[in-house]
Formats: sequence, C-alpha cells, structure tokens
Amino acid sequence: MPGLERFRNFSIVAHVDHGKSTLADRILELTGAVDPRDMRAQYLDSMDLERERGITIKAQNVRLHWDDHILHLIDTPGHVDFGYEVSRSLAACEGALLLVDASQGIEAQTLANCYLALEHDLTIVAALNKIDLPAAEPDRVAGEIEHVLGIPASEILHISAKTGEGVPALLDALVARIPPPTGDADAPLQALIFDSIYDAYRGVVSSVRVFSGTLSTGARLRYVQAKAVHDAEEIGVRHPAPTPVAALGPGEVGYLIAGIKDVGQARVGETVTNAVRPAEELPGYRDPKPMVFCGLYPVDGDEYAELRESLEKLRLNDSSFTYEPETSGALGFGFRCGFLGLLHMEIVRERLEREYDLSLVATAPNVEYQLQLVDGRIEIVDNPSAMPTPNEIASIEEPYVNVTVLTPTEYIGPIMELCQQRRGEMTRMDYLSEERVELVYVLPLAEIVMDFFDQLKSRTRGYASLDYEPAGYRASNLSKVDVLLNNVPVDAFSTIVHRDKAYDYGKRMTEKLRELIPRQLFDVPIQAAVGGRIIARETVKAKRKDVIAKCYGGDITRKRKLLERQKEGKKRMKQIGRVEVPQEAFVAALRLDD
Amino acid sequence: MSAAQFGVYVHIPFCAARCDYCDFATWTDRGHLVDDYVAACVRDIEQRALAPATSVFFGGGTPSLLDAAQLTAILDTIARAPDAEVTVECNPDSIDLTKLRAYADAGVNRVSFGVQSMRAHVLAALGRTHDPDNVARAVDAARAAGIDRVNLDLIYGTPGETIADWEATLDAALALEPGHISAYALTVEPGTPLATAVADGARAAPDDDDQATKYEVADERLGAAGLVWYEVSNWARPGDECRHNLLYWEGGDYAAIGCAAHGHEAGRRAWNVRTPERYVDAIARGVSPEAGHEVLDGPGRCAERLVLGIRTAAGIKLPGPGADSSRVATCITDLADLGLVTRVDDRVVLTRRGRLLGNEAATRLLAALDGPSAAVGTR
Repeated sequence: MPGLERFRNFSIVAHVDHGKSTLADRILELTGAVDPRDMRAQYLDSMDLERERGITIKAQNVRLHWDDHILHLIDTPGHVDFGYEVSRSLAACEGALLLVDASQGIEAQTLANCYLALEHDLTIVAALNKIDLPAAEPDRVAGEIEHVLGIPASEILHISAKTGEGVPALLDALVARIPPPTGDADAPLQALIFDSIYDAYRGVVSSVRVFSGTLSTGARLRYVQAKAVHDAEEIGVRHPAPTPVAALGPGEVGYLIAGIKDVGQARVGETVTNAVRPAEELPGYRDPKPMVFCGLYPVDGDEYAELRESLEKLRLNDSSFTYEPETSGALGFGFRCGFLGLLHMEIVRERLEREYDLSLVATAPNVEYQLQLVDGRIEIVDNPSAMPTPNEIASIEEPYVNVTVLTPTEYIGPIMELCQQRRGEMTRMDYLSEERVELVYVLPLAEIVMDFFDQLKSRTRGYASLDYEPAGYRASNLSKVDVLLNNVPVDAFSTIVHRDKAYDYGKRMTEKLRELIPRQLFDVPIQAAVGGRIIARETVKAKRKDVIAKCYGGDITRKRKLLERQKEGKKRMKQIGRVEVPQEAFVAALRLDD
Repeated sequence: MSAAQFGVYVHIPFCAARCDYCDFATWTDRGHLVDDYVAACVRDIEQRALAPATSVFFGGGTPSLLDAAQLTAILDTIARAPDAEVTVECNPDSIDLTKLRAYADAGVNRVSFGVQSMRAHVLAALGRTHDPDNVARAVDAARAAGIDRVNLDLIYGTPGETIADWEATLDAALALEPGHISAYALTVEPGTPLATAVADGARAAPDDDDQATKYEVADERLGAAGLVWYEVSNWARPGDECRHNLLYWEGGDYAAIGCAAHGHEAGRRAWNVRTPERYVDAIARGVSPEAGHEVLDGPGRCAERLVLGIRTAAGIKLPGPGADSSRVATCITDLADLGLVTRVDDRVVLTRRGRLLGNEAATRLLAALDGPSAAVGTR
C-alpha cells in the first residue's frame, strides 16, 4: 500500500456548461486512465439523462496516476437539489478544483459549493476554463473570484479543457497545493459512503472514502445509521474500470459491495465501520428530506400497478424520494411523491417515463406546510387536498429559502421585479465586479417551485444563476383554492397560494377548464373557491346538438362504428359527480406552461 | 315491416358541379363514361336475379343529369312489385317537363329535389348555383308529369344564414306543398372544399347551437303544416314517408347497383368499388364490383338496430326481461329524466331534445347494452 503522502483527493466544483465533464475527459486521457480508443465524451456520466442534459446526477470517483502520485477525482452532482450529496462528496476530499468559464464568470451554485468546500476546510485550486474562446475575459473573471473567495488572481490557473492547454500544469498544481490525507491504518475503521447506486447484478455499489483504519475484503462491517451488519463482498478502485483490491487504507477512495439490495440501506453520509471493533460515527449525517411534492398518476389507469413497481425499483437506486399511494377523484389511483427539489422531481419523472416506459401526469408541485390548528394540534400537510377547512386553522407556516442570484448588472431590475412578485425580501446585494452582482433574497419555496427558474432564465436571457438553501418556516397569509366542477371539488386542482394570488389562480384554472371540458347535457359551472367563497366562475354551456344529420344506406357501417367509438370514449371518461371528463382534459389543464 | 320489402339503390355518380359540402362519390369530369356506366348498371342488374323490388331509389350524384332514356333503361331492367315506390333525385336546374314525363312513363312516382335553401346568399355560401325560382318550376313540372310525391331536401345552419333566412326557406318550401321534406344540418365532412375552407379559417364552421335552434324552428313549422317527423332529419305527410329510406332504418334488405353503392342482405353489408371506372371495368370483366363487406354478429346487429331505430319515430323496443335488461332499463329511465326519450307503449322514442342529442342517447344505450363494465351514464 503506498504511503499516504502520495494521495490527493479532490472534487471539481463547476457550473453546468463550464466544462467539468470535458476537463474530466482530458484528465482521464492525460493520466492514461482511458485508452484513447475507448474514449467518449462525458466519460464519467453514465446515465443517458446526464449526457443529454450535460449534468451530473450521481457522484463518480476515479483513481488516476500523475507524476508518481495517486489522484482520486470525485465527480459530484452540481445542482442545488443535491446540496447534501455535494457536501458528502466534499467531505471525502482534501481539496476542490474550482472550475469557472472564463467567458461567463462564477455562478451562484458554484459559489455556494465553494463556500461549502471552505466550510470543510478544503484547499481550493481555482482554474479558468475556455481561455481559447474569443469571448474569454480571464482578468475580469479572476478579479471576481478574488473578490468573492479571496483567492489571489495570480494563483488562478488558465486552461482549455477542450484543447488540453494548461491541464498538465493544473494537475501539477493539484499535487503541489492539496494536502495529502492523514489517518491511522491500524485504528478502528471509519469509512464514509458518499454515493450508492443499485446494480441489477451486484446489488448496491457504494462509493467510499476511508478516513481511518482499513477496509478489507471479507470483513464484517457495521452500517451505523442503518444499524445493520454486512460482509464486504468486494472492495475495489475505479481506473475507471472497476478493479477489485484486497483492502483500502486511510485516505483511499474506492467502491464497496456488501450484498445490500436497497440503496436506502447504504445512504449517502453513512458511516461504515468494523462490526467487531467499531469506531465512532463520522459527523454530518442527515436523512434526505423531501422539499417538493406532487402527485404522479398513470395517464392510463391500467398502468397503476406498473407505476408502483417502477417506483419500487427506482427507489432501490434513489432513496431520497418518497412515495405513498393516493387516490384522486379526477386522476384515479396514483402516488404522492416527495423530492429534494424541482430538478430531482423532473429527473425521477423522466426516468420513470423513459426507463420504465410509463406515461405519467404530474399534479402541480407544492411544498410542505406546517399548520397550527385551532384545537392546538400541529399538522404537516404536503397535499393541498388534505388541507383542513379554514375555520379549523389558526395559522399556516410555509418553508422559506435564502436565494442567491448572480447576474450581470443589467438584469438587476428584472430580477428584483420577479423576486418582489414572488413575495421576496432582499437581504443583501454585493457587486462582484463592475459587471456582475450577487443578490440575496429570502423567498417562500412555494414561489420557487412554480416556474421561478424559467422566469429567471427568460428575464435574464439565461445569464443569471441561482442557488438556494432552506431558511426555516414562516407564517404566511395562505389560502387553499378549490376548483369545483358542477359543485364537486376536483382534488387535482386544489392548490395553496398566497391570498393575493388566489384570484389569479382561480381565474386561470376555471378558464382553462372551460375550454377543455366537453359540453354536457346540462350547464356545468366551474368555480374556484376559497373557503366557501366563490372567487371565479365559468360555465360550460349545455350541449344542444350532437346528432349525425344523415344516416342512409351507405352511411350505416361508418356511423355505427363512429357511435361505437364514442361509446368506448364515454367509458374512459372520468366521472366527477354527474360530469364526464376525458382524462386528457385534466392532463392538459395541469400543464403549467400553457 | 313485412319480410317481402326489398329495395334497389342505383348510384349515379355524375354532377354538373360539385357542391362545397358534398362528400359523396360523384364526379364532374366523367361525362365520357356515362354510356358505359349505364350499360354496366343494366348488365349488373340483368346478371343478378333480384327479387321484385318494392322500392327503387336513384341517388347520386345527380341522376337527373342522365338522359331520360338512359335512366329509364336502367329502371326497365329492375323487376318491380306492382306498387313499387320509385324515386329519382333531381337537380331543379337540370329537369324539365319532358324528362319528368319520360320518368313517369317508366314508372317513376316520386322525385326528390335538392333545394338546400331558398335564399340566394345562402346558396352561394354553399357553393350552389341554382335559382330558387327553379324549384317552384320543377315542382310544378313534376306534378304536371303526374308525379305527385315530391320531396324537398333542405340544409340549415350554413354560416351566414340567419334564423329569418331559414324561416323564409321553410315557408317557401312549404308553400309548394310537398308531401315530404328532409332537412339536414350542414355538416363539415372531411376532405371537402368546405372542410379545407374551415380549416384555413376562410369560412366559419357551422354552430351547433344555431343548428339546434333551426331544427326546433323546422320541427315547429313543418309540424304545423301537417308534415310529421318520422326520422331525425325527415318529415312527411302521414303515408308519404319514403319507403325506401325506411328500409335503411328498419334493417331491411336492399341491393346495390353502381359504384360506391351499399347493399344489405340479412346481416351482410357490402359496398361496391368507389369509382365509375372501376365499376364499369368489373362488370365488363364479369367479376363482382364489391369492394368490401361486413357480417355482423349478434351483438353487432343489436347495436346496429339500436343506432338506426332510435333515429325514427317508431323508436326501439324496450328490452324484455333478461340478465342485462335492468341496466338498459336504468339507462332509459335516466334518458327519460334528462328529457331525451319518452316511452310509447312498449317502445322508446326520442323527444325533440333527444333527436338533437341522438348521439348521446345512442352511445349511452350502447354502453348499457355492453358488459357489466358499462356502468357509465347509469349513476
């Protein structure tokens, strides 16, 4: 086993599109880890979704050789939804490589992750990427980094991950500046799980960093949080091809397979120690806590069982989302699901549709509310249709977040306007340079989950970046808006909004439904109500005529088939009270973008 | 209906001009085919040992576009029962006393005029060219020729037609004292010039509510004039109902002569090749002109009886006691509560509101006839 002083463990902290995956590809080539013939773009991103979106969802790690040193590159998810996963990846490192696009500047999530790295006492090596681009402004961007992070501009490296320029010097700098790990190979075992994936053949494969002691093949291991004991079936390192080893010592990073069938039993942040000679738990474990919720329903009610199976399978791979069965009058049988954030929600939904071939309808996302009831009880509500009636509620608190936006100064106005519309309060404004500014707001999370990202992007032509972190609960003047079809509430459309926005929501939804719901044999009122009070109303007028005008000898076969088809369509209708509604109408009404 | 009823439908696929809304099998550029086509029809009939017809119907297209001799040549070939009803569809523009006399001599005893509207601007919007005054002349000529049974075909709900326009059309038609009027809601059929114009936004689509109002106006005025409703779109003086068309709705048998014609024999429905060329060719080669057919099973025939029967004043028979009859009975009660049907003796008949909502009534009844899963609409 090589001496500890030869190891360097580091993560790359970078914004989407700033070239992290390209740099990882270059490093794999330069260090000879991947044969040039086997090289492909975004080598470490294995999921289709990661490649398509150019993002990293799962942490990866790879062992590299450079100049007689052994480097462990830990590729982390960069998105705000996965902040906790990032913090565990950083906890596995002694250093972080901050990679910033020299034509763009540092972005909000990158900055947040950098602060996180500093909190973990990581050494930061900063590099400006894409210096080969004509639009690159390395001096300005270096100045920004110096301003916000205190890293001297003179220490910031200039590279092009695309051409490979400056990458060897960067690797040299990582070796020179990042301290080697420390730890006693003979002490009781302390290893951190910073990622777990589910493999259909091997079960759970965890990425681990050993802090002290030695992780040996065949050892009997204790998983502290899971309170479970497993045998280390296989231990190995990734070159990046997985290569079994007998043991991993302090400072080493690798993978661990221990016959576990569910990633929930080997969560990110878990401490692994020896069953017979246990060490103390590593600090910082946290249960993943869903922040955003929605109902997921199969478009075709017959696919309910498949959806349940798919959720079970997906959860083997991702223990950070939750699901429980729920029934909707409008949408039938489905599940109320909780996610770390909006991207996480989208990813889970997309994976269900893609990997399990399901067609799903998602209700509008919502957050979790804390209710103080009149009778003194406290209730947590993550589903608007489960909200008690207004007279039972003493007060409602909703989650707030601290939102950091980094933007070119020209967009300050539109961003402030957006944040004000979304009930935001500015807490700080800091000029990073003459051209870029950091805005910090406290905002209700519910306002973010609607379409805040999209609005921010469109108002800043994509130049602003966003990060947020929980900022506790605050009492708000919130109302539940019900939508009633022919006086029957339609659960899928119930929502909780600030009182000032109840009317807008009610009007928009009733108008949308009026267009989508086919005419019935009687007038169908569509109403939006807060408590018992109607705030918006539309009417689908009774249909007066549908009969086929002509039915003679040559029409009979065709018309009979037409009516048989209409009959089948009728059977598929959802019955809300006396009103028949095609499921497609509900699906269309739930689409946020229209 | 007695089992001896048997109809012959002859399709004449030629027109002088195509109407914008028409989706029938008809052509305006096949004049050169007419002689061959007539000969093919004659030969087709001769080769088939058809039972004596109780009704013959020349439809189109525009049958009156044929020379009288051509039409009567076909008719002469068809064996007929002594009091057979023989109808020819006529364009009021292309008919005259001479032709009508020839028809009458050959046994034609009923004519059906495509009037559509008595308002010039409505006719123009339909892409029709005839002069409303021609209608009166044509009706007079038919009567002068000794053909007393006259039907006028009307269309309502053309965008641009006011209620007053429609009332004027009804009144003008009734002033001619026809024994029969068919009134159809203008329907946008796929593939027609009208459908293209509507899709392009060049023309407005007909409005269901406007058509419903006009239907009610028609039912009032026609009823007041002594024409009794007997099928969704048909009214007649009692005894003057079209026997041939009743065959369709009562599930009777009829033979198909000509291209695109449909026939029915004891549960087997068949249709001929669509173009006149292919029909002429098939007959010339001595092969069947049939392009396709369907044979319905028990439930299929039952569904068919329902969707056809419910359109008529006779309605459909209430189900007898049986496993499924309670669900059907519940459905009928619901439909009655909604004002769509009434019970007349042992039959169920659409109300005026029900006639307008005939598809709703039919699909609910069809669903009730289906298996136990068909609970929709019975709650």
